[in-house]
Amino acid sequence: MTMRYITVFAALVALIVGVAMTMGSAFTMRLLVEASAYALIAMGLNIQWGFGGLFNFGILGMLMVGGFAVTFVSYPVNHAFWQSAGPLMLGQVVLGAAIGAVLIWFAHRVQRFGVTGAARGAVIVVAWFIAYVIFRSQMDPAANYITSTSGWVGGLGLPVLLGWAFGGVLAGLIGYLVGKVSLGLRADYLAIATIGIAEILRAVIKNLEWLTRGTLTVSPISWPVPNPQFYQANGADITTSFILARGGFLAVVAVVVLIALFLIHRAYVGPWGRMMRAIRDNYIAAGSMGKDVTGRQLEIFVFGSVLMGIGGAILVSFVGIYDPSSFQPINHTFIIWVMLIVGGAGNNFGALFGGLFIYMVWMLSEPLAQSLFTTLSGWSASQGWGAIPDIETRAVQMRVFVMGLIVAISLRFAPRGLLPEFIKRND
Amino acid sequence: MSLIALDKLVAGYGGAPILNGVDIAIEASDIGVIVGPNGAGKSTTLKAIFGLLTVTGGSVTFAGQDITNFEADRLVPLGLSFVPQEHNVFTSMTVHENFEMGAFIRRDDLSDSLDMVYEMFPDLKAKRRQPAGELSGGQRQMVAMGRALMSRPKLLMLDEPSAGLSPRYMMEIFEQVVKINAAGVGILMVEQNARQALAFATKGFVLANGQNRFTGTGQELLDDPEVARSFLGG
Amino acid sequence: MNDFIFFFNQAIIGGVVLGSVYALGAVGVTLIFGILRFAHFAHGDMMTMGAFIAFVLAGAVAAMGIAFPLPTGFIVVPFAMVIAAVFALGIDKGFYAPLRAHGAKPVTLLIASIGVTMMIQGLIRLIFGVGTYSFFETQPKKLIRIDLPFEGVTRPISFSEPQLLLVLSTIVAVVALHYFLTRSRLGKGMRAMADNPDLAKVSGINTRLVVRVTWVIAGALACLAGTMLALDVSLKPDLAFNIVLPIFAAAILGGLGHAYGAIAGGFVLGFAETLAVFNWAVVLRPFRDALPEWIEIPNTLSLVQSEYKLTVAFVILVVVLLVRPTGIFKGAST
Repeated sequence: MTMRYITVFAALVALIVGVAMTMGSAFTMRLLVEASAYALIAMGLNIQWGFGGLFNFGILGMLMVGGFAVTFVSYPVNHAFWQSAGPLMLGQVVLGAAIGAVLIWFAHRVQRFGVTGAARGAVIVVAWFIAYVIFRSQMDPAANYITSTSGWVGGLGLPVLLGWAFGGVLAGLIGYLVGKVSLGLRADYLAIATIGIAEILRAVIKNLEWLTRGTLTVSPISWPVPNPQFYQANGADITTSFILARGGFLAVVAVVVLIALFLIHRAYVGPWGRMMRAIRDNYIAAGSMGKDVTGRQLEIFVFGSVLMGIGGAILVSFVGIYDPSSFQPINHTFIIWVMLIVGGAGNNFGALFGGLFIYMVWMLSEPLAQSLFTTLSGWSASQGWGAIPDIETRAVQMRVFVMGLIVAISLRFAPRGLLPEFIKRND
Repeated sequence: MSLIALDKLVAGYGGAPILNGVDIAIEASDIGVIVGPNGAGKSTTLKAIFGLLTVTGGSVTFAGQDITNFEADRLVPLGLSFVPQEHNVFTSMTVHENFEMGAFIRRDDLSDSLDMVYEMFPDLKAKRRQPAGELSGGQRQMVAMGRALMSRPKLLMLDEPSAGLSPRYMMEIFEQVVKINAAGVGILMVEQNARQALAFATKGFVLANGQNRFTGTGQELLDDPEVARSFLGG
Repeated sequence: MNDFIFFFNQAIIGGVVLGSVYALGAVGVTLIFGILRFAHFAHGDMMTMGAFIAFVLAGAVAAMGIAFPLPTGFIVVPFAMVIAAVFALGIDKGFYAPLRAHGAKPVTLLIASIGVTMMIQGLIRLIFGVGTYSFFETQPKKLIRIDLPFEGVTRPISFSEPQLLLVLSTIVAVVALHYFLTRSRLGKGMRAMADNPDLAKVSGINTRLVVRVTWVIAGALACLAGTMLALDVSLKPDLAFNIVLPIFAAAILGGLGHAYGAIAGGFVLGFAETLAVFNWAVVLRPFRDALPEWIEIPNTLSLVQSEYKLTVAFVILVVVLLVRPTGIFKGAST
C-alpha cells in the first residue's frame, strides 16, 4: 500500500515538473495555487461524502459564500454607503425580518391554542406569506435606495486572511442551515435538495446587487502576500514578479492545506473518525447504540462546508475578482466530485491527490486538445477537407468531456479511487 | 424421473453456506412440504431453486433438465412458478393485471386460465378492478397464488402461504393447494403450520441446519415420535 | 377585459407551455427512477442532445430544399426521437449497465450520470460550439392571434405556432404513454417492475427487456421535450441543463416513479413559476374604482421578482422534500 502512495505522488511531482518545463514556472505556480485550493475543497467533500456518506451537490453554493465573505471583509470601506441612510434602512429590514420570524414562530406553535390539522397548515402558510410581504416591503426600498445612492454596501477593509476565515465561518453557518433542513433525506433526494439550495444561493447572490454588486463584479480583491505589482514596483521583471508573488501565495495556501490535512487526519484516526465510519456504514446500528446520528452528521456537514468556504475564499482572492455569474455547476461542483472519486473517497490523501491531479488535468486538457485539434486540422486541410473551424473555443470544451470520461472509467475500473480508504484492523 | 430433484444442494448468500447438502425429490403427483425450525434453510431452499441466490454445490434437476443457477425468467417458461412469502403481489396494479403479469411469458389467449383462477377464488372476481394493495391479507395470498398459476406451471412452489392468515383463510388456501395438485401440478411448499400441512402432504422433508433430518410421507413424519418431539412441539 | 386577456396570454399560456416541457422531461426521469431506482441526472442533457439531433436532421432536410407548411424542426421530430432512443440505449449499455452488473448502488449510478452529463455537454459544445442556434433561420416563426368577438376587446389571444405544437404533442405523448402503460403487455410489465422488481423477476418478466424499453421511451420523450423547447425558445448547449432541476422537482412533486404524478407535477411547477412572476397589478387595475381609496396599486406587484423565476421551482422542491418527500400525490415507491 505504501508503494502505491509513493508511486502516485511521485507521478504527481513528475507531472508538475513536466508542466513547469513546458508551460513555464509562472503558469505552474498559478496552477498549483488553484489546485491546492481545490484540494482543500475536495478534502471538505471527503469529510462529507467519504467519512459521513452525505451527498452534497451544492458545493458551488459554499464556494460562492466563501467568495462573498472574503470580498465583504477585505474590500475597502464604501464611505458613501455608511454616510447615507442605507445602514438605517437595513436596520429596518432586520427589524421587519425579526417581526416576520416571530410571526412564523408563533404560527408553528398554533396547535397549543387548539388549532390543528389543515387549519394549522393554513395558519402557517398565511404567516409565511405575511412575513414575506413585511420583509419585501422593507427590503425592496432599501435595496433600491442603496444601489441608487451609493452603489453597494462595500467592504469592511479588514485583512484578507480574516476574510478567508470568515468564508469558512459563513459557509459553516450556511452548511448548518442546509444540513438542518435536509439531512434526514435519502441520498438521491439529498443530492437534489442540496443542488436546489445551491441554485437558490446562486440566484440570490447574483441578484443582490446592493450587497454583492451582482453581475457588476467586485475587484480587485487583495492578496495576503505582496502581489506582482508590488514586485514590479521594486524593479522585478514581469515573469519574475509573477513567480515571486504566486510563490508567496502558494506558501500561504500550502500552510492552510497542511493544517487542514493534519487536523482531519488526527480526527479521522481517533474516536471521532471511528464513530463517523460507524454511522456511515450502518446508521441504524450506530443510532441504536446511543450515538446521536443526526447531530454527528450535522457536525460533519458543517466541517466539510467550512473547508469549502475557505477554499472558495482562497480562489476568489487569488483571481482577484468576485464574479457571481462565473460560478457554474460543472466547474465548481461536479469537478470536485471527479477529484474525490478518482482520488479515493474516504482517504484524505486521496482527496488531496485527486484535487491536485484532476485540477491539472482539467487545466491541461485545453492546451492539449488545442494542439490535438491543430494537428488534426492541419492533416484534414492537407487532405483537402478543410481546416477545423473555431479550434480555440472548442478546445475549452474538451475538458468537460474528458472529466466525464474520467468519472465513467474510474467508477467502472477503480470504484474506490486510486488511493482507496484504508481500514485499520487490530489483527 | 422426478419432476424436481435437488441433489446435495449447497447454497448461501455469499458467506458461509446456509444449505449444506439438501436432497429433495418430488413427482408431479406430489405435495411436498418442507418443515423445520427457524433458520433451517427452508425458504433458502426454494430461493436457491428459483435462482434468487447462488448455488455453489450440488444440482437442481427439473424434468430431467439441469436447471442449477438458472435465472427466474428462464425457469418460468420451463414450468416453474414461485409464490414468495412477502411482497408477493403488485400492490399498485389491479387483481386482473396481477394475473396478467403472471402470464407475462405467454403470448396466447389467457381467458381459460383467468376463468380457472376466478373459479378457484370466487371472492376475487368482484375485486378484479381493485388494486391488489387494497385487499386483505388472505385475499392477497389468493392473488399471489392466482398470479403464479397463470403461467400454467408444472411445479408450484409456495413459501409459507399461510403465514399471518386467520385459520379460516389458512384452511381455504390449503384446500386450494390440494385442488391444484389434483389438477396435475406438483407442489413444493414451506410451512410453519407443520401439523396441518403434513396432514395432506404426500412427501414431507424435515430440515435442520441446512440438512435433511427426516424424510417420509406426511403421515409417517406425523407418526414419528422423534419428529413430533423435536419439530412439532411434542 | 383586455387585462384578463393579457393575464391569459402571459400566465396561462406561459404556464401551459412551461408545464408541458417540465412534464415531458419529468416523465422520463420518473420512469427511469421507477425501473432503475436512481436519479438520472443526465436527463436534461439527453433533452439537449435530442434537440441537436433534430436540428441536424432539420438542416439536412432544408438543404435538400424540401419545405413544409409546419416548422421543419417539428416534422423531423419522430426521426430524431428514434435516433435519440438509440443513443439512450447506447448510453445505458456503455455506462450504466456495466455498473449495474457489478451490483453498484443507486448512488454510484447517480454519480455516473454526472459523468454522462459532462460527456454529453462536452461533446455537444465540441461539435456545435457554444453559440445559440435557431430552427427558424430559413422559415418564419408563425404567430397565431385569435380575436375575441366581444365588445371593447382589442387585445387578441396570441401564442406562437411552436407553442401550440408543443402543447399538442405533449397531449399526444401523454395519451400514448397512458395507453402503453395500461393496455400493452410491456407497459404493464414496466409498471410491475416499478412496483416490485423482485416479484417481476419471479413472474418471468424479462427485466432486461423492460430496462431497454424504459431507455427507449425516456430517450424519445427527452428528444421530444428538448426539440419542442428549442423550437419555442432557441437551441443552445445548456438548453436543458438549466431546467433539469425544475424537472426533478416536478418528478419529486409527483412522487418519484409515478408517471401521472410527474405530469401533474410538471404543470403545477410550470404554473407556479409563471404565476409567481406575473405582474398582478395588471389584473387588479380594473377593480381600482371598487377598492377603498387608501389602497394604492403599485406598478409592479409580483410575488417574486422575475430574476428569481427559476428559484420558485427550487423553493417548491425543497419545501416538498421537507414536508412530504413522497410527493404530493400518493407516493408509494420510496
